[in-house]
Amino acid sequence: MSSKRSTFLISALVFGFAFLYVPILLVMIYSFNEGKLVTVWAGFSTKWYVSLFSNDGMIDAAWNSLRIGVMSATLALALGTPAGLVMSRFGRFKGRTLFSGMIAAPLVMPEVITGLSLLLLFVTLEQMIGWPAGRGLSTITIAHTTFCAAYVAVVVQSRLSGMDTSVEEAAMDLGAKPAKIFFVITLPMILPALLAGWLLSFTLSLDDLVIASFVAGPGSTTLPMKVFSSVRLGVSPEINALATLIILAVSVMIVIASLMILRSERMRSRASAGADAQH
Amino acid sequence: MLVSEAVLERVHEDVHKTQPWNNPDAVPYIRFENVTKKFGDFYAVDDVSLDIYRHELFALLGGSGCGKTTLLRMLAGFEEPTSGKIYIDGVDMAGVPAYERPTNMMFQSYALFPHMSVEQNVAFGLVQDGVSRSEIKELVAEMLGLVQMSKFAKRKPHQLSGGQRQRVALARSLIKRPKVLLLDEPLGALDKKLREQTQFELVNIQEKVGTTFVMVTHDQEEAMTMASRIAVMNEGVINQTGTPFELYEYPNSRYTANFLGQVNLIEGVLVDDDEKYAVIKSDEAGCEIYIDHAVQGHEGMTFWVALRPERLRITKEAPKETKYNCVSGKVEEIGYLGGISTYHVRLESGKRIKVTEPNSTRQIEPRYTWEDTVWVSWEAGAASVLNK
Repeated sequence: MSSKRSTFLISALVFGFAFLYVPILLVMIYSFNEGKLVTVWAGFSTKWYVSLFSNDGMIDAAWNSLRIGVMSATLALALGTPAGLVMSRFGRFKGRTLFSGMIAAPLVMPEVITGLSLLLLFVTLEQMIGWPAGRGLSTITIAHTTFCAAYVAVVVQSRLSGMDTSVEEAAMDLGAKPAKIFFVITLPMILPALLAGWLLSFTLSLDDLVIASFVAGPGSTTLPMKVFSSVRLGVSPEINALATLIILAVSVMIVIASLMILRSERMRSRASAGADAQH
Repeated sequence: MLVSEAVLERVHEDVHKTQPWNNPDAVPYIRFENVTKKFGDFYAVDDVSLDIYRHELFALLGGSGCGKTTLLRMLAGFEEPTSGKIYIDGVDMAGVPAYERPTNMMFQSYALFPHMSVEQNVAFGLVQDGVSRSEIKELVAEMLGLVQMSKFAKRKPHQLSGGQRQRVALARSLIKRPKVLLLDEPLGALDKKLREQTQFELVNIQEKVGTTFVMVTHDQEEAMTMASRIAVMNEGVINQTGTPFELYEYPNSRYTANFLGQVNLIEGVLVDDDEKYAVIKSDEAGCEIYIDHAVQGHEGMTFWVALRPERLRITKEAPKETKYNCVSGKVEEIGYLGGISTYHVRLESGKRIKVTEPNSTRQIEPRYTWEDTVWVSWEAGAASVLNK
């Protein structure tokens, strides 16, 4: 009975993972294909990687994406952290549910709608106050900041809600004023969560195609946009090489981010377990 | 024999020094004046007035939700009273934020800063005050010496045991030499053995530094061991304030009698009240209880007689005098605790009386066994009479 069930479970596991990862694996394998045809194996070669790095359009787009990612992740951190702080430390205030709902809304909003509404906002702003003049890197950065800030706020809030408020009270009791408490006590304690939030935001910004397409202007093509447009002209093995690199970069960052979240969780549970174990 | 006036005077002075609460001229160091704290419609603290004197180790004792922690947090400045006034050393604390009060607090969870070393934790208060670096170093070393944690100065809190964390928390809260040290269940997170040892250490440290301690605890044993005086709290109100001796021997209510130690409460009606004695007739006990002092009340009033289990005698034969203070019943439960044995005796009325006896000699067989008929008796001076 038990061996029967385990066979079933194992095959379910294998099929599940195969469904998720075989396509990705195929892309990785075919990025080392010698031939020009994407679907026919013609021997091992790294020539598509070489050609990728000599493709100026691709490199420019990658550079754009990197800059937008760093900028919007940093801005998202600056905006999302106070929002998370307010949600977990302000106690009950009127419209709290509305506020937290509105912060979480960008997480579930269809990207097309976010993109379109931001485009309308930028155009209106340009007509009214002349800024932002045209669309480009800065508009994409602002757009990415809006939905990344929501992720940061959620990560920071969950970290703070699990934190013992008496640590902050102890700092106040010992003579530290509220602003100082935030920078000297609260901030260092939530640092792992902040780094995780930054990495998550950076990855989300790097991935985004839809919103960027809406608010991009001439000369601000991001990597996903470039890939999408070149795929429409026909899939070249070069794209496979690029996809392999992106997958690697993104997985490394996701792994680091989740390790950081895990570490801060563990430190928190160890700190409280130490006190509880004595009961 | 005549005692000279001078000697009497000195004795009086001594009492006033060690027991300022018995000195009508003593000025309280901490004063709660009709303090009330409401959370929504709930009265956490209800019209509490309380004086605490300098150098006291004062304990607020009560079950969870009795308002003791709220009272402490109002002293620290984490909560503002809904109404009433709080004075520390004569200064009104209204509107003074926690970071400017002359109090420091030791938290139940210790609330150490997890990202700082032991040394940095202890130094934190001095750093906020802008004390020079060399002075901080000196004071931190001295304080860590006092709590015997010098060896662990470079460690992080998560590398310490519960007892070590407790010491660091104490050092951190004492280093600014606060006028008042507030302790929220200071030993609550330690195991029993360590707790007993730490109780005396805390008292020693308090005597050494001379700071006024105000402690919150739910553990009556801890309060009795450590405190100079105790306030027993229940539902936001102080039930009784006094020294451990006063509270144990002269409780003013069934609540206090029950909370401190163990007690048998016997309900009865006053039948005879004289200047020198009183008699209470109890149907519950099935006997008349003779009290060796007058009871403030009129005949026919209901009273409760509080009898401590260790003040009761248990015998197989009926005592010589069985008119008063004597009941008989069957042994229902026996608890052997090593040092003492406890017996639950069931009276005819169904009432159970608890008696404890010291095991001063080694006895292979218990003196009494289940279903034995025994007599329980007590001295006239053993009982306290309660009217609420």
